[in-house]
Amino acid sequence: MDKRGALMLAGMGLALAALSALWMFQGLGGGNRAFVLHLRGAKLAALVIVATAIGVATILFQTVAANRVLTPSIMGFDALYVLLQTALVAVLGGAGYVGLPAGAKFLAEIAVMSALASLLFGTLLLRGARDVPRMILTGVILGVLFRSVSGFLGRVLDPNEFAVVQAVSFASFNRVDTGLLPVAAGVTLLGAILAWRLSARLDVLALGRDPALSLGLRHQAVVLGVLALVAVLVSVSTALVGPVAFFGLIVAGLAHGLMRTARHAALLPAAALSGAILLVGGQWLFERQLGQAATLSVVVEFAGGLFFLYLLLKGRIR
Amino acid sequence: MRPLPALSSALAALMLASLTVGAAHVDLRGIFGDPQAMLVLLESRLPRTLAVALTGAALSVAGVLIQALVRNRFVGPDTSGTAEGAALGLLAITILWPASPLWLRMVAASLAAMGTTALFLAVIRRLPVREVMLVPIAGLVLSGVLGSVVTFVGWQTDLMQYVGTWLMSGEFSGVISGRYELLWIAAGAAGLAWYSADRFAILGLGEQVATGLGLSTAAVMRLGLAVVSVVTAMVVTTVGMIPFVGLVVPNLVARVMGDNLRASLPIVALAGAVLVLACDLAGRLVIRPYELPAGLILGIVGAVLFLWLLHRRPARG
Repeated sequence: MDKRGALMLAGMGLALAALSALWMFQGLGGGNRAFVLHLRGAKLAALVIVATAIGVATILFQTVAANRVLTPSIMGFDALYVLLQTALVAVLGGAGYVGLPAGAKFLAEIAVMSALASLLFGTLLLRGARDVPRMILTGVILGVLFRSVSGFLGRVLDPNEFAVVQAVSFASFNRVDTGLLPVAAGVTLLGAILAWRLSARLDVLALGRDPALSLGLRHQAVVLGVLALVAVLVSVSTALVGPVAFFGLIVAGLAHGLMRTARHAALLPAAALSGAILLVGGQWLFERQLGQAATLSVVVEFAGGLFFLYLLLKGRIR
Repeated sequence: MRPLPALSSALAALMLASLTVGAAHVDLRGIFGDPQAMLVLLESRLPRTLAVALTGAALSVAGVLIQALVRNRFVGPDTSGTAEGAALGLLAITILWPASPLWLRMVAASLAAMGTTALFLAVIRRLPVREVMLVPIAGLVLSGVLGSVVTFVGWQTDLMQYVGTWLMSGEFSGVISGRYELLWIAAGAAGLAWYSADRFAILGLGEQVATGLGLSTAAVMRLGLAVVSVVTAMVVTTVGMIPFVGLVVPNLVARVMGDNLRASLPIVALAGAVLVLACDLAGRLVIRPYELPAGLILGIVGAVLFLWLLHRRPARG
């Protein structure tokens, strides 16, 4: 990494630390400090985990798909996770579902999700490499299909069971499932480290299929592995805050714009950091300053969608 | 079998079934001796059946028109920002003037739908690469952005319930006599399109060819835009969004009939009515005596059909 990149990362780290301090200690009255700090700490942790998961997952996915405007969510990853949840509740029943131990259930879901995703999207990516727009459209429509099937199952479920599903089906940064935090933190940390260790191979993968093959990369194996990793990270973020389609696009765009490099060793931490800064800062702004005047998730979707259209009009789709 | 008689008889059978299926028991044979059943039939079943058929027919014709306007097979009124625009217009008039008369709501929804569809046309005109698949992607994302505006406004004004249950999910269980007649306007607009079907067929050949053949492309574009917007706005106002009908039905019919719109538009309308009616019936039967929205069933059926079209069809405009 060059000097400028290192400086940039350090600056972002400092900014995140300052924001976190502001988040934790602003207006901390004399009252029940321990309670307030615990509440704020859990939320801060969740936001940072989600930002890391989405940032890293998006960069990985964009490298695999050789496309800078795609995010896992646009291609229906999180819809698949929601569908998996709904199907599970439909099969086990609400009580049976809630009765399972949360951590083990989550890990099992992640395993199933990564297997499904690498199978489905691996086929799509490896077969569709010649016709990228058709592949994107297929992914988008698959997402619609998954959402409709979840909606269908949701209507057929009894209302108590539906309430169990509802929390994962809608994006909200306010209502975070704190029970999953330790497992989610562990999984995200492992995933991020794994991605970072892979960064040299990812650099080669980014050159394209044929150059990567001739440089001795096992292309197909790496693609499938990375997709499984993406699925794991998306599961974490969806389980914590629900589906957010365009956030990853903004984060990856920022990481590329700020670092101006193709090296994943620099891009991955930059994406995680800028995502965390955006989420913590945005949530602070909306929760503390604007009195919940709008929800961050809706604003993020709006801004991210406009950014996508901008990229489309600039001809960055290829 | 020729498509016209086959579809007509399918539609007639489905309509008959639709008249008899529902929570209340209606026996068509003894209908004249039973005033209660007659009331259910005239006030609820018949309006509902008509509403479903009209919606399917009008949306499919609107789909043909928007596909001719943008010269792309993979768009529909629900993926070009039109439906979201109508929802936005309805939301705006509901907030600004809660007691506004119905005709004003219709006008607001139609105008807003026209505005967002024009925006979509402007966006795709500026797409740098003339890639077939880029147009639907741009439309889907534009719809998503407009949808998030609708959600934002609904959230701010405590109208989320109105948005969620009324505008965004199309269902027909609320249709009774006196609450669906707007759809006749949609059907009328679609009929207007059939009257100028040849012009739209020529427009579909491309701007230069159309101008060379003596067509005033701007005027035909305006007509098409107006018809698509009015149809979509009426449907959203009455029953909410119905996904995929306007997208898949024209494609399926064009595979069989080609692009001679004067001959194929009636078939498109019939096929659309059959598809939506079948989905509505399925929604009524799956968890009897409760109902699933037809829009939800169509979300699944339509997505599967669309995926099939996407991968079966050789890529051409």
